[in-house]
Amino acid sequence: MTALGKVVRTTAFKLTAIYFVVFTVFAVAFVGWISRETDRILTQQVKDSIEAEIGVLADEGLSRGLTGIVAAIEQRSRVPGASLYVIADSEGRVVAGNVTEVPPALLQRSGLDPITIPYKSLDDENGPKTAMVQVLPLPNGMRMLVGRDISDIERIRSVVAKALVLGLGLLIVLALGSWFFVSRRVLKRIDSIAGTSRQIMAGDLSGRLEVTGTGDEFDRLAESLNAMLSRIEDLLHGLKDVSDNIAHDLKTPLTRLRTRVEATLAGPQDLGAYRTALESTIEESDQLIRTFNALLMIARIEAGSPDGAMGPIDLARIVADVAEFYEPVAEEAEVYLALSLEEPLPIVGSRELIAQALGNLIDNAIKYVRSGDRPPAAPRVAVAARRDGDAILVTVADNGPGIAAEDRERVLKRFVRLEKSRTMPGSGLGLSLVDAVTRLHHGAISLQDANPGLVVNLRFPASS
Amino acid sequence: MRILLVEDDRETAAYLLKALKEAGHVPDHAADGEEGAFLAESNRYDVMVVDRMLPKKDGLTLVSEARAKGNDTPVLILSALGQVDDRVTGLRAGGDDYLAKPYAFSELLARIEVLARRRKPGEAETLLRVGDLELDRLSHIVRRGQTVIPLQPREFRLLEYLMKHAGQVVTRTMLLENVWDYHFDPQTNVIDVHISRLRSKVDKGFPDPLVHTVRGAGYMIRDGAR
Repeated sequence: MTALGKVVRTTAFKLTAIYFVVFTVFAVAFVGWISRETDRILTQQVKDSIEAEIGVLADEGLSRGLTGIVAAIEQRSRVPGASLYVIADSEGRVVAGNVTEVPPALLQRSGLDPITIPYKSLDDENGPKTAMVQVLPLPNGMRMLVGRDISDIERIRSVVAKALVLGLGLLIVLALGSWFFVSRRVLKRIDSIAGTSRQIMAGDLSGRLEVTGTGDEFDRLAESLNAMLSRIEDLLHGLKDVSDNIAHDLKTPLTRLRTRVEATLAGPQDLGAYRTALESTIEESDQLIRTFNALLMIARIEAGSPDGAMGPIDLARIVADVAEFYEPVAEEAEVYLALSLEEPLPIVGSRELIAQALGNLIDNAIKYVRSGDRPPAAPRVAVAARRDGDAILVTVADNGPGIAAEDRERVLKRFVRLEKSRTMPGSGLGLSLVDAVTRLHHGAISLQDANPGLVVNLRFPASS
Repeated sequence: MRILLVEDDRETAAYLLKALKEAGHVPDHAADGEEGAFLAESNRYDVMVVDRMLPKKDGLTLVSEARAKGNDTPVLILSALGQVDDRVTGLRAGGDDYLAKPYAFSELLARIEVLARRRKPGEAETLLRVGDLELDRLSHIVRRGQTVIPLQPREFRLLEYLMKHAGQVVTRTMLLENVWDYHFDPQTNVIDVHISRLRSKVDKGFPDPLVHTVRGAGYMIRDGAR
């Protein structure tokens, strides 16, 4: 590939060439049309004035005869101007008028159409000029020529032609300039985007494209690509997190399980001991399966390929159903479960996932409301859902010990269990699932101090 | 009951066959989809248990082909894919129930028995009766003897499901799926709490309890006097 070929294949070159050709064709056509129209109008004016003059002279001839015409012409010839007059005898000799040389053949011609001829005037020493003339026969074989100088029209023509040439020249310069600009500035940025992309593909996913801040198309392109990169990076991190989690949090219970079976086998052959060991093995493997399912589910949700269909649902009904589902649990734990709803609360989402997320929150609240050093005298969990502008706000609040501000972000992460909750049953995946479900629904989760206690806010965009 | 088990894993199949026999059923086994389709066509079964991924012909194809041929034997689909949309495709292919692996045998057995019973007429019964407990599905009135028992709507549906399957083991997952239409694991023993609340309304103050806990499996409503 030659350097020239490379230049010809660039978008900037093609754009410039197309632009140049289109503009040139248009400009030539436009200028041509203007000059033709101007020419036509001016020529018509000349013809009209010649005709008018002939009319006046003919009137003179009618009233005073040939001498009248000659007298009128002699008088008019003395007035300086653009008009030409000649009276010639039948031999072609000039009798009167303001023109020195007239081609004799011309005087023999007679017709209605004016024609263009070169001429020399009496008062002017400059070379021959151009005029439009009309020849009329007079009695006695004499001829009369009436005409008008048309050098003005010629001048206008040459001005237009010059303008066209100059304009086209300027156009070429501009085209070259814009090509230079486009190729230098714009293509350079595309090249830089392509280059950075290749670097990112080669390995370092944390790399980002340069955004110049001008807000042009290239900035927008770079921003979109950067957003895409962030998403890919998130997904890859998610994948890595999951494999790390599996490695750590699933291997630990698996090891425990294996150790127990091994120890039982190595111990005394006691049917009762075997039975106990097997029962706890089943229990432990069930817990493992549960954790594994939850992990897979979170990963699926975070990858944006959720479970079940997303459709229009009424959040108020789901909240009411889930609260009703957990109400006996609260009652058994002697926790007052309060529900406050605004209806309806339409959103687009998955009933199943939202129900599960809410269930996790309510279950957590019931579980942890008494876990503090000084449990509240009247433990209480309040579930509420209401419209808040364009959003729908679901809150689950308790008056338990709450979560320290510095831990609130952390508890959303997978397998994070705060020190004081280690003794409680749970996998450390509940809040991660809530977080994933909320983000899948384009919502946001926030944990706040309920003074006392914890309030979890889920904010979903409302559908119309 | 005659049961067709289509499962390609030899060890699982052997264990299931043994356990089904011990539970008093007569199971046949097919190790791949084609054999399963052949057996399903040449014999009449009460329930078919079909693994979703099978050699030669996959489980969903087997089921939908059997349905196309007019075979209406209840089908339980077993699968390692346990997400809700997998379940939906399984049911759409003609399955009657869907159980995700790994499962407890007690869960599988309870579902097989409920499926087999489903075929029998009596589905449209408006009055369900267990011992002296009566549930009217039209007027939504529940009586035990002469006493009317007031129930919340969800409690009514819970009791209705139990009574529809009176004498059969009903697992917690089955209750969760059929009474609440949830397919997730609620972590806590929510179902147990609902049952104990129902029990306190239905059985409390009466000499013989009707709602029984089946250890390691689930619940059953039956007339204890019989």
